[in-house]
Amino acid sequence: MPIDYYLNIAASGLLTGLVYGLAALGLSVIFGVVRVVNFAHGEMMVAGMYGAVLLGGWFGIDPLLSAPAMAALLFAAGWLLQRGLVNRFVERPEHMQFILLLGIATVLVNAMLMLFGPDARNVQVPYSFDTVEIGSLLLDAVRLRAGAAAVLVAAALFAFFRFSRTGKAIRACADNPLGARVVGLNIDGLYALTFGIGAAVVGVAGALMTLLVDARPQLAPEYTLLSFIIVIVGGLGSLPGALLGGMLIGVSEALAGFLLMPSLKSLFSYGVLIVVLLLRPQGLLGKRS
Amino acid sequence: MTALLQVENLSKRFRGLKAVSNVSFTVPEGRILALIGPNGAGKTTTFNLIAGVFAPDQGTVALKGRSLTGLKPNQVCAAGIGRTFQIVKPFGHLTVEENVLVGALAREASVETARREARAVLKRLELDDQAGRPARSLTLPDRKRLEVARALATRPTLLLLDEVLAGLRPTEVDRMVDVLRDLNRREGLTILMIEHVMRAVMALSDRVVVLDHGEKIADGAPAEVVADPRVIESYLGAEALG
Amino acid sequence: MGTLGVTGRGLVLMVLAALLLAVAPFVADRYLLSVLTTVLWFAYVGQAWNVMMGFSGLLSLGHALYVGLGAYVSAALFVHFGIGPWAGLVPAVLAAVLAGCIIGFLGFRFGVKGVHFALLTIAFAEVARIGFDHITWVGGSAGFFLPVGAGENDLLNLRGSPTLFYYVVLGLVLGALALSRLLLHSRLGYQWLAVREEPDAAEASGVDLFRARMTAVAVSSALTALGGVFQAFYFNNLFPEQVFSMGRSIEIILPAIVGGIGTLVGPILGAFILTPLGEVLTFVIEAGGLDLPGLKQLFYGAALVVIVVFRPEGVWPWLARRLRLVRQPGEES
Repeated sequence: MPIDYYLNIAASGLLTGLVYGLAALGLSVIFGVVRVVNFAHGEMMVAGMYGAVLLGGWFGIDPLLSAPAMAALLFAAGWLLQRGLVNRFVERPEHMQFILLLGIATVLVNAMLMLFGPDARNVQVPYSFDTVEIGSLLLDAVRLRAGAAAVLVAAALFAFFRFSRTGKAIRACADNPLGARVVGLNIDGLYALTFGIGAAVVGVAGALMTLLVDARPQLAPEYTLLSFIIVIVGGLGSLPGALLGGMLIGVSEALAGFLLMPSLKSLFSYGVLIVVLLLRPQGLLGKRS
Repeated sequence: MTALLQVENLSKRFRGLKAVSNVSFTVPEGRILALIGPNGAGKTTTFNLIAGVFAPDQGTVALKGRSLTGLKPNQVCAAGIGRTFQIVKPFGHLTVEENVLVGALAREASVETARREARAVLKRLELDDQAGRPARSLTLPDRKRLEVARALATRPTLLLLDEVLAGLRPTEVDRMVDVLRDLNRREGLTILMIEHVMRAVMALSDRVVVLDHGEKIADGAPAEVVADPRVIESYLGAEALG
Repeated sequence: MGTLGVTGRGLVLMVLAALLLAVAPFVADRYLLSVLTTVLWFAYVGQAWNVMMGFSGLLSLGHALYVGLGAYVSAALFVHFGIGPWAGLVPAVLAAVLAGCIIGFLGFRFGVKGVHFALLTIAFAEVARIGFDHITWVGGSAGFFLPVGAGENDLLNLRGSPTLFYYVVLGLVLGALALSRLLLHSRLGYQWLAVREEPDAAEASGVDLFRARMTAVAVSSALTALGGVFQAFYFNNLFPEQVFSMGRSIEIILPAIVGGIGTLVGPILGAFILTPLGEVLTFVIEAGGLDLPGLKQLFYGAALVVIVVFRPEGVWPWLARRLRLVRQPGEES
């Protein structure tokens, strides 16, 4: 088997991994600031997928273009969720937060099951079967676009946190909530904003994902766990870590799915997770607490 | 006079920051030694090094000549050191009696015997009327006493007290001082205490060790130490003997 | 919590409930008996999970792993070697305890805490699910089936009527209740509670954290595995997708959360609330001629949210206070 073949698979995995990474970014942003693990993350992502599928089906809108709409929708949902429910749990024990979000996740996934049924749904785009040649690599056009869009959104997110006033305020709030409150920042407002941003990012990731995978409700818990694996591998709370973890998992899944049985590919991800949890629990790019 | 606790050349860094450097002192059997110093001087870190929460980078800790270095907190407890926490850590959902019972179970396998011991300790600290209440419902002074009670129930030969008087009203300070003096005089319990309330330090301690920036800057009788210019400069200053 | 005494009124009510459960097979029809068996099964595994989370503060979201190992090991021994469940439960329990100890050892030695520990438990359960999908010796993803008996009651091989299974699972629940009570009032139990409340203070009070946590995992996984053995012989079929699923792990934690984490009665009460409500819901949906596969789960999710928002300590502590079933702090015993 020529080396190009493996490279091709790895490159495809890398592009998918960028979308995974973007999804995980949303989880990481929320955890890094609000200190709550969003167990309904995959459910939000699949909601983004269905949104893109519906917009595609009704109006023939490309998922790349429905991504902003999904961002807006999920921002609102995330903002409301934080304001209405999660905020009361910020000071509660970890397992209580976990159980709350587990309940929300269960409601969301089954609501989608009831609304859309168990069957897979997809969006048709004109370039569904196109390929692009880059050097010796032959890549799917959909994958390339999804990956590029993921990088773009991630870059925008980094810029927001680094340069904007609000982004800086959120970072201050993450570093030292008490101090942030003392200097007069509206913590509850910033938490809601952060949850909204995290949800918006995962909404975009969901829309992009429809280019690669058919939407099914059953994907939701899988994506929750996948995002967890990625952020833990990359480092919980580290934004570059989430992107790196996504790429790593994307590539290893693609290779494992090819070299072993496809059904064993997630086994590989869990293996990576267990090794990282044990040897470097703060993740590859995380700081030791 | 034999040294019950011997701390030698203890050093600990956190991320390059020297928390404790080269600290040595001894606590003679049956005495009360106070560890004072400004905030961030390394007092609690020194406690944690003795109690086995962290392993020291350098130096040794020995109780009755037996090395404690590298032991875990529960092993240090078994060796005979009881401790309280600066920020009190009651078992919130357990009753006051059960809190102390857990301490008594360190030495006593039978729950019934341990319960009797716990009740005796509670009586001693005047907490017996609160025995059935959940610990989280106690007031701060009572929580501080509960910390002492739980540590005492482990039947320590050395008691480490981390600011058990902070935040108490003067009358409550006096009550606690009486209890501690009584434990020391009547039962010969050796005490090492971190304390900011200088009135209590002067009243209770036989010796005072002063830490500043992780280093020992004075060690002697309370009256001497308080008169030491270095100590006054670094720590006591305006609030001296307040 | 859970350590306060029961009042006379509470005792009467509990004895009454036990009597009702004991005579249930004589009055209940087949359907009701199967519902009660399900209720008791969830009560039982909820009790088992409670030992880890409720007593020791260890959040496990992978308890399906222990159910699955118990079920598969005992079923494989029965199908392949004709070894009955009473002998088979020993290796079944050992397998689950071994798995629990591996997870515990790795987690506690490497300082994997809180949510990270929960993820570790999920990861192992998921690995088992995917792994068992590929073990053809026990049927792989196509499922593993136990020969259905002739219908005669055979307690030795756990083959027989629904009544037999009902009494077996009732025995499990009462046994777990007695064991939990005994443990909670033992030295180990107090140490568990201390570790749950404040690990640092527990350690300073002489508790060996590693040992206390490992014993909690061992006891919990052993009890859960027994639930797995029962499941295998009751349903006679096992599918990795169901037995080891994340959804099953969540179903296991629900009774204790709804009833009251860390309490003795909580998991039992929680199961008696959740399962019948689910059944009623199914009935209503079917009577309405609707086909809504997710509604029951949606309801469970909503119940979870409502409980955790309004009764975070669970239904039992609240009910016990309201009905004065347990002595309140300060009351003389």
